[in-house]
Amino acid sequence: MDTKLLLDSRHFNITLDRLCYQLIENHHQFDHTVLIGVQPRGIYLSERIHKRLTEIIGRKDIRHGILDITFFRDDFRRRDEPLVPSATQIDFIIEEKNVVLIDDVLYTGRTIRAALDAILAFGRPRNVELLVLIDRKFSRQLPVQADYIGATVDAITSQKVKVEWAEQEGKDQVILYTPVKS
Amino acid sequence: MESLSTRHLTGIKNLTLQDVELILSTALQFKEIINRPIKKVPSLRDVTVANLFFENSTRTKLSFEIAEKRLSADIINFSSSGSSVSKGETLVDTANNILAMKVDMIVMRHPHPGAAIFLANQLKKYPKSAHAQIINAGDGTHEHPTQALLDAFSIQQSCGSITGKKVAIIGDIMHSRVALSNIYCLQKMGAEVCVCGPPTLIPKHISSLGVAVSHNLIETLLWCDVANMLRIQFERQQLKYFPSLREYALHFGLTKKKLDTLNKPITIMHPGPINRGVEITSDVADSGHSIILEQVENGVAVRMAVLYLLAGKHQS
Repeated sequence: MDTKLLLDSRHFNITLDRLCYQLIENHHQFDHTVLIGVQPRGIYLSERIHKRLTEIIGRKDIRHGILDITFFRDDFRRRDEPLVPSATQIDFIIEEKNVVLIDDVLYTGRTIRAALDAILAFGRPRNVELLVLIDRKFSRQLPVQADYIGATVDAITSQKVKVEWAEQEGKDQVILYTPVKS
Repeated sequence: MESLSTRHLTGIKNLTLQDVELILSTALQFKEIINRPIKKVPSLRDVTVANLFFENSTRTKLSFEIAEKRLSADIINFSSSGSSVSKGETLVDTANNILAMKVDMIVMRHPHPGAAIFLANQLKKYPKSAHAQIINAGDGTHEHPTQALLDAFSIQQSCGSITGKKVAIIGDIMHSRVALSNIYCLQKMGAEVCVCGPPTLIPKHISSLGVAVSHNLIETLLWCDVANMLRIQFERQQLKYFPSLREYALHFGLTKKKLDTLNKPITIMHPGPINRGVEITSDVADSGHSIILEQVENGVAVRMAVLYLLAGKHQS
């Protein structure tokens, strides 16, 4: 497996800062905006964005939830084993709110389709936007596009993009894995 | 990837500890879902479930039905009264006919012990029915796995953990499927189990399962952290096992007066239906230490978890 560093730690954090300022441009003080991280790996990005926004704006009451989409997936009973669900924690209603869905990598678009379905259980949002750290340009299977993008990557299906976090893997970085042809 | 080790849920006995833990951790996520304003998820939208009830039921039947509906499954209900069973149709024929209508899962309650295992084994022989998955909703005096799982889940929710907890099962152990499934489940999870009741209502060799046996209610209550009170199953008793209900209530009925003598809190459970004034008095059943209605709420979440995890295994 060949590995290529797409974003190093410094670049990674500059990108996060840029995404935060882009959000502030559109959502100002976040009075009517909520951040929703998508389980399992989108929650690290949403926690980081939430933390950074709190520092930049200086208010601690920006609403932040995490959403599990397991029961809304479209591949249940089409894969060998059922997926094990993660927790959902949204202790506010999103009726008439601006929702920013946050995930680490946008790939086929199916996770986001499921998230759009799952989020409706908490009310009817005024609008929904999508923020991703990495947008994989090829292999989209549904008409989904992100509103805020950290970096765009040209990766083919056999390649794998992994976002690593200091809290989880010890280092903030994005790596592209390419299988070696034998 | 974690998944259940079985395609059917016929009893707790053949589940592994990992199976039980997976069901309970999945149930936790479903409990969050059934407390949302919109309680429905689309997971089982292409699954049809038949509820076959050859014996009376209120809680289990409604609980399964609501769990299936919350998962968006299509459901059909069957009860033996008013059906062709009274015309002499066998269990396997009834099941095969229902499965011919493109049903994926069968939830079955039956008065005969082993009925669920029998049906699961028989259906393998019929190519058109071999895909069906069976969930045991109580088979005679044998097992009632989803009740044991929801009891374990309720103890976890109320006491934090099951490992090392002392659980007493009190009442008609002899005719109870809840008792046997609970013993298997609690022991797998590391609890100590004691059964308590009149000698006539305790099976002879039950201690071979590794449970303590007591005939003294106060001693048992002093020992335990959780008391699971069982109903006297008159419908399964052909003989008289004790002189009178009054005498039973006097010796084995749980009253506030008896609980007050203990000087320690005990979590009170009951699988229902309750016979108030017999195995438990109203002031105990409705007290703050009773988690009887939490058990019912948790029952839906646990059954959703079982349906979800089994339905996901249909191809393997």
